[in-house]
Amino acid sequence: MSDEDPVVAGIDLGSTYTKAAVLARDRIAGTAILPTVVDLDACAAGALDGALAEARVARVDLDMVVSTGYGRRAVGVAAHNVDEIYAKATAARWLGSPWGPVRTVIDIGGQDSKVIRLDEEGALDKFLMNTKCAAGTGRFLEVMARALGVPLERLGEIGLLSKDPVELSSTCIVMAESEVVSLIAERRAVEDIVAGIHRAVAERVGNMAKQLGVLEVVFFDGGPARNAGIKAALEAVLGVPLYVPKNPQVSAAIGAALVARDAVRYGKLPDGRPAMGAEVPGPADGRGGATTLLEAGDRR
Amino acid sequence: MTLTAGVDMGSTATKALVLIDGRIAGSDTRPTGSDPEQSGELALKTALDAAGAKLDDVERVVSTGYGRRVLGLADEAINEINANARGAAWLGSSLGRVRTIIDIGGQDSKVIALDPDGVIRDFAMNDKCAAGTGKFLEVIAQLLEVRVEDLGTLSAQATRPVAIASTCVVFAQSEVVGLIARKEPRPDIVAGIHRAIASRVVNMARRVGVEPVVVFDGGPAKNEGLRAALEAELGLKVFVPARPQLVVALGAALVAADMVGGGGEGVG
Repeated sequence: MSDEDPVVAGIDLGSTYTKAAVLARDRIAGTAILPTVVDLDACAAGALDGALAEARVARVDLDMVVSTGYGRRAVGVAAHNVDEIYAKATAARWLGSPWGPVRTVIDIGGQDSKVIRLDEEGALDKFLMNTKCAAGTGRFLEVMARALGVPLERLGEIGLLSKDPVELSSTCIVMAESEVVSLIAERRAVEDIVAGIHRAVAERVGNMAKQLGVLEVVFFDGGPARNAGIKAALEAVLGVPLYVPKNPQVSAAIGAALVARDAVRYGKLPDGRPAMGAEVPGPADGRGGATTLLEAGDRR
Repeated sequence: MTLTAGVDMGSTATKALVLIDGRIAGSDTRPTGSDPEQSGELALKTALDAAGAKLDDVERVVSTGYGRRVLGLADEAINEINANARGAAWLGSSLGRVRTIIDIGGQDSKVIALDPDGVIRDFAMNDKCAAGTGKFLEVIAQLLEVRVEDLGTLSAQATRPVAIASTCVVFAQSEVVGLIARKEPRPDIVAGIHRAIASRVVNMARRVGVEPVVVFDGGPAKNEGLRAALEAELGLKVFVPARPQLVVALGAALVAADMVGGGGEGVG
């Protein structure tokens, strides 16, 4: 492929899931999602191969791979890595929304949550991130789904059935879990408990968004964005509609792929440094050459 | 004869204490479980048995703690900050007059500052986040498959306490799973957890202001390792009463005695 029209991939090594996206002819040609396990490099390779298979592209045909996410430095196949705030912002700008340009990204991850503001040109403006407290992250949903004995992916539909959501008094997951156990013992309807849980997460994340300031269009991203109950609860807290992309879990991987595309096209990384050559190293090498761009803390 | 009782209805444990003429005559501690009122009644009856008294002999019952309002037997309910301050000041300490109380409960933690006369000057409370509470110890003990009451002994064998990066109990849980997988010695893990809790609680204490003498009470105060971690974090000696879990129930019994006019003057 030519430098103008490179075939590239992004890998997002998250705390809970590893996501990969292959970009060819400026189109998402393939994606894959795998649970993150102990061997991060193997996870990354597995997700990449899944996305490549869907795209019908061979690994040798890739012009560049860029990694992102909490485990981004462990991805041997990546020539460069980029922090997930930058990757998300890049993806949200490129994916856009049917309602106009994206100005705010709300991302609930497996173990963190972030709110990002884009300026009028779609460039990253400012952000807030919670990595300290598991309330307001996907972990909250995971723990509560387990306590309720309900599959995580069914929480959304169940919660939407509620007419009388419970009020959880605890912010902390550990305490809320005991509270949920008592609510089950009191025979409160499961849908009301689930709706209360969605509300608790929405309030937590919504408060962070309000702190940063919310501008429309709001792009709601991350795995929990697939949960319609969370989306509705967050819309109620913020008073604005949220746009959920078709595949909210892979946005950061798409963002990393876009960084790879531009690195090949313009020979430069987002911070202006020259990109490494277009070849993609095999899984075993290239580790030493990987560079880290735009550490999240640098811009705060 | 003045006979009063205090019942501390905690989130995790229920404690009752019987006071006869300014002397501790009997006490009981039991898990709160799913029926706090029943636990409260049972604790009171058991404490009365130990004191050789009957419910009819009790002139006044004062309840306190998070579930204080569910105890129908109680004549009065008071908040646990007051009860704790009264109990700790009455017990006094071998180190001198009590000026600061650090209370770690099953699901909360409190710091109470007393003025030289034992009157509450200020306090801080965390009941929002499980880090810095006994719940943290419980979760970690479960993960390490040891009893909570053995954590103190275990941490005494630590040679290189691990640094716990997470503040959140949920994240720390994953972190400890990783430490176990990497075969970090358990004593080092437990000592690291004690440090994490101590640092959290001492941050809160510093907001209120720490004056010696510092009393450490609540169930987790029985944990020697946690006490040592608190002392290291504070840079001060910390006094732990003989039965730290009962201080709040004692305070409630003393307030009950004040009400009937037979309160012990105290030694603090």
